[in-house]
Amino acid sequence: MADLILLFFLLVCAVTAVAQRELLNSAIILSIYSLIMAVVWVRLGAVDVAITEASVGAGISTVLFIAVLTRVKRREEITRFRVQVLPLIVVLAVGAALIYGTLDMPDFGSAAAVSNTHVVPRYLEKGVEETGTDNYVAAILASYRGYDTLGETTVIFTAGLCVVLLIRSEKKRRL
Amino acid sequence: MFEITILVIVVSAFLTLYRMVKGPTIYDRILTANIIGTKTVVVIVLAGFVFASPQFFVDIALVYALINFILVLAFLKYVEKGRLD
Repeated sequence: MADLILLFFLLVCAVTAVAQRELLNSAIILSIYSLIMAVVWVRLGAVDVAITEASVGAGISTVLFIAVLTRVKRREEITRFRVQVLPLIVVLAVGAALIYGTLDMPDFGSAAAVSNTHVVPRYLEKGVEETGTDNYVAAILASYRGYDTLGETTVIFTAGLCVVLLIRSEKKRRL
Repeated sequence: MFEITILVIVVSAFLTLYRMVKGPTIYDRILTANIIGTKTVVVIVLAGFVFASPQFFVDIALVYALINFILVLAFLKYVEKGRLD
């Protein structure tokens, strides 16, 4: 029951965020959306995803939205609404194809799913013994897939450095 | 018991959506974000009791409370000064 209300909550937030003309309102409503989304993750038992959603979705991305709003106009231009047929057809076709694709997916949490039968039993069996941690998510991310995580961290660190350098040079030029 | 409490809190958070959709001023919406943030902190701790492992969930609730605070500060600073720094 509470889950149904939360989902309806998300729906209302999404529609309102799109319908707003004032962009700051949209940023606020999107942050509310992220807060609710994190509660949904907690209700599903995905605690670490909820932490990421709260810090990145509700925290950093909203502050970044506001940082962008300081540089651009706050109000959306009122454009005349008209239906464009070809893009509408393309969007509907791609959406229908994606929904058709989900029909073949295994049931949520099904034990017979391919992702649950291939390497997961071995991780569950040997994980504690091989990595020495009780948390399987941490064991897989930091030990079994340690090189992947190292690569991702390198990419994100480089991207962050580039952003800082670009913003710095812009400021110096103006001064 | 905890499920019923969660339901009541979610419903009370849901009622604030009226101010989010309708809210004539920006402050109504900021207040909505703040109220929903505090409600979610409680719901997360209660969900921890439902899953019978409150110690993990209290951490998330704390992260949540901090982020909610930073969010409201960022919004208000932008509304007051028009910039963040």
